[in-house]
Amino acid sequence: MQTIISPLLVSHRLSLAPPVPRLLNNYHHRAPTSIRLSSHRSTNSLRLFSSTVVAAAAAAAAASRDSEMATEDVQDPRIAKIASSIRVIPDFPKPGIMFQDITTLLLDTEAFKDTIALFVERYKDKDISVVAGVEARGFIFGPPIALAIGAKFVPMRKPKKLPGKVISEEYSLEYGTDKIEMHVGAVEPGERAIIIDDLIATGGTLAAAIRLLERVGVKIVECACVIELPELKGKDKLGETPLFVLVSSA
Amino acid sequence: MFAAENGLKGDPRLEAISAAIRVVPYFPKKGIMFQDITTLLLDHKAFKHTIDIFVDRYRDMQISVVAGVEARGFLLGPSIALAIGAKFIPLRKPGKLPGKVISESYELEYGHDRLEMHVDTVEPGERVIIIDDLVATGGTLSAAISLMESQGAEVVECACVIGLPEVKGQHKLKGKPLYVLVEPSELDEFC
Repeated sequence: MQTIISPLLVSHRLSLAPPVPRLLNNYHHRAPTSIRLSSHRSTNSLRLFSSTVVAAAAAAAAASRDSEMATEDVQDPRIAKIASSIRVIPDFPKPGIMFQDITTLLLDTEAFKDTIALFVERYKDKDISVVAGVEARGFIFGPPIALAIGAKFVPMRKPKKLPGKVISEEYSLEYGTDKIEMHVGAVEPGERAIIIDDLIATGGTLAAAIRLLERVGVKIVECACVIELPELKGKDKLGETPLFVLVSSA
Repeated sequence: MFAAENGLKGDPRLEAISAAIRVVPYFPKKGIMFQDITTLLLDHKAFKHTIDIFVDRYRDMQISVVAGVEARGFLLGPSIALAIGAKFIPLRKPGKLPGKVISESYELEYGHDRLEMHVDTVEPGERVIIIDDLVATGGTLSAAISLMESQGAEVVECACVIGLPEVKGQHKLKGKPLYVLVEPSELDEFC
């Protein structure tokens, strides 16, 4: 049997419900860490930018840490298209939450291709041998990146989904706790990894993923997400691990 | 139909793919020899072969939609979609998709489950392939076919890495062609 919840609207592209994620049209300078990625900029180059960029960069330089945005001298032209392809659904899964829906990004072949390309460009020459993706939306972005950079893909899953022997890490929810699991033997000590998810909110899941991988001796080079919700300060939960996002949604 | 019977007989990639799949006995319960594709994902070459075979097959078939069944279909579908220039549509368990959905129920061994899809994602006449890691009874894929057809889309083929004995000899599922890479791995094939 079939349930049709709403009348069919035939349209080539989905219309977006307001508000659209706001793009941060600037670049946050990050305090130097032990990991130097090729797109990391020195403070000097930021002075060449427009006034809004410099103002933001100066403020950001005063902060101890900031997520690195996928921007270059001016915003990468691919970012605007990616951001506008993300649909916001109000009050899902409960009232008050503005849900960032990436399924519309997946319908836009150029935007999806660009999303993967941006991550691949960033990580391809970094000796990354592991792309870990958090269930379930991390499974959509992680494998294409892994394939393109020659890495293995490691799924990190909710309890009881993985069939073999697992290690697990608990993390806090608003009410109660949850667990994230990984197969024993999937990774080896000394491997360099990135962790992928579609979105970082409170950072609880990503922090647990970091702990899980670090417990088995893996070095997490960076966490990478399509979207960040900066007000929830998820990056603060990531410890020393840098965060890279394409779109920041205030 | 199995890939070996359909142009890929003796293709060494199929053997590599099969060898990379791990069998976990008695998961999720006694009597089931679980075909674990996570080990395939750890083998970059074998994983690439898997995607390449599907891409080679569908590249010139004017496929505009790849639909993947949650969650292991998500591991395979997007890479294929990207390579052939198609949209990726996730088919999910109830309550996961945030927008307006249509849903279809299907039978489990005991009881029922439902598969959901966002509305406004396919247009009538679009050509679709549906991907999952494994096909057993075909119940989930049948539900997926129903969802697509309800939107007026044309399901060209269902594609899976592994096909259980129930489907051997079956070329069609709900009237749609079924394309499978390998048979289930045996316990002693994986060290």
